[in-house]
Amino acid sequence: MAKVTLKGLSHSYLKTQSSEADWAIRGVDIDWNDGGAYALLGPSGCGKTTLLNIISGLITPTKGDILFDDKVISGLNPVERNIAQIFQFPVIYDTMTVYDNLAFPLRNRKIPEEEIKAKVHEIAEMLELSSTLNNRASGLTADGKQKISLGRGLVRSDVNAIMFDEPLTVIDPHLKWILRSKLKELHQKINRTMIYVTHDQTEALTFADQVVVMHEGQIVQTGTPVDLFEKPKHTFVGYFIGSPGMNVLPCQIKGNDVIVNGKKIETHQQIKKSNFNKTEVGVRPEFISFSNEGVPVKVLSVSNTGRHKIVDTESETGKIKIIAKSNEDIPSGSAFLKFKKEYTYTYGDSWIIE
Amino acid sequence: MNKTVNQKAWFFVIPVFVLVAFNAIIPLMTVVNYAFQETFGNNVFMWEGTRWFKQIMLSERFHASLGRQFLFTFIILFIQIPLGIAIALTMPKEGIGVPVCLVLMSMPLLIPWNVVGAMWNIFALPDIGFLGHSLNALGFDYNFTQQIGDAWFTTILMDVWHWTSLVVLLSYAGLRSIQPAYYQAAEIDGASRWAIFTKIELPKMKKVLTIAILLRFMDSFMIYTEPFVLTGGGPGNATAFLSIDLVKMALGQFDLGPAAAMSLIYFFIVLLVCWVFYTLMMRNEEKS
Repeated sequence: MAKVTLKGLSHSYLKTQSSEADWAIRGVDIDWNDGGAYALLGPSGCGKTTLLNIISGLITPTKGDILFDDKVISGLNPVERNIAQIFQFPVIYDTMTVYDNLAFPLRNRKIPEEEIKAKVHEIAEMLELSSTLNNRASGLTADGKQKISLGRGLVRSDVNAIMFDEPLTVIDPHLKWILRSKLKELHQKINRTMIYVTHDQTEALTFADQVVVMHEGQIVQTGTPVDLFEKPKHTFVGYFIGSPGMNVLPCQIKGNDVIVNGKKIETHQQIKKSNFNKTEVGVRPEFISFSNEGVPVKVLSVSNTGRHKIVDTESETGKIKIIAKSNEDIPSGSAFLKFKKEYTYTYGDSWIIE
Repeated sequence: MNKTVNQKAWFFVIPVFVLVAFNAIIPLMTVVNYAFQETFGNNVFMWEGTRWFKQIMLSERFHASLGRQFLFTFIILFIQIPLGIAIALTMPKEGIGVPVCLVLMSMPLLIPWNVVGAMWNIFALPDIGFLGHSLNALGFDYNFTQQIGDAWFTTILMDVWHWTSLVVLLSYAGLRSIQPAYYQAAEIDGASRWAIFTKIELPKMKKVLTIAILLRFMDSFMIYTEPFVLTGGGPGNATAFLSIDLVKMALGQFDLGPAAAMSLIYFFIVLLVCWVFYTLMMRNEEKS
């Protein structure tokens, strides 16, 4: 168990770096508390797996430090760091039984057989693998195998952190739910630092207390699921999280006024400076409603999902999506939109203007 | 659902059938024909029943060449399989070294059998060959044309040189197909290098190794050209493996009946060993 701290971490797979694009991750600073459940969320290629492998010691970062409990461990190998990692697809030792698979990390550490036996049975119980302990691991289903990989991480009682690299990728959808709640339950039971990498927002938001959103090798926002939803700090977080994502519209800033499509709108922040190359207004479809006045749009289409209606509209400067109640009447043709002030933000060069 | 009956489809099978008939069925049936009959030429045949089979099965000469054959095959499998795996493990995994190694490894496989035999014959000649001369200069009494041990040593060395590459290439392909996550997981689990080899690499190479062992078994069990050119089966009959003995009997002595019977026994041994081996290797696979 340990607190995990990353300081100014950058990594490049190239020998020399000429531009920003040559870095897989750049300038990452993170503070994760002992025993927390964290998620690294981002699209494919954003650097989240690289970051995870740096923490576990499989990759040595180009720049920066990794600290466990305020001790620099950058130079240590994975065994010395004492971490556990679960990979995208189940990694099991085909020729061994389930029992031997779970005992393998302990045997490698020369722990007495008696102790191993007790520990393996305890973990098998927790993961509901007890009945298959004597079967060959290669005969199990994908979720059974993934449980073994997980179990190999859990048998060691002293691990500093358990890392998950998109562990549910190969699991059937109906089993994903079960395994995910199992993970959550395990976290509460054993109270160990868990770091979960995924590109699936549902997985990240349901698993973690704190979600780190990554985009092009950088952290764009760290926060609770509610923070990420209600106050995206970067337009990327806005449209990556939420379904459909946040509406982002170009705007002009004149003095203290924010102008969208020629209409002055109210936003959450007081604007003080406006020396940006690009200014935008972001508002989630959940926080827009039809009104008698406001931003003029043309209603294009309405799709009913059962729980609510998603309305596609077009304004002068771009499309706007609206989520309306399923029993609400949607005007046809021209309409006006009102943005909820508390949830409407102004962004300068894609970052929120504070 | 009713299937459409269309017997005309059989016409499409004819070309394959004709081809297989000419290159396999007809020659094999000719051998079967000879194996049960006696002929004095002029296409006159007399029925002999199983006489030739009994004769071969009881013949000491056959027992001796079969024994030599098994010994030879076991020795080369015992050397080539571990050696091939060891070389594959040390080959580079990326960079310019990969194509260089692969090309170098493939070279021996591209040389025709009789050229390999001729090359090694000259290479090993005790007076002028590089290998033979060097060994003698170092104080070894080496002469593969006269000493049984030297003849075996040279034949085995030649086969190892010629065919280990095949095992290397297959093992290398097997190793390359192992996902990096397996190595990473093993690293995190604290596995030793030996444990990584026995618990990950060997199990993952099982299929390619099965193929490598089968191929090397069949090829070495049917070996003919290389020892024929190198030693001619000598000194005496010391390196007369099954094929060499068979050709001697069929074309040297013109004993067509016994030779045909021996061919069929030979064929069934190869078939039987392959079948047993393959079944054993694949049995566990089905269980899991």
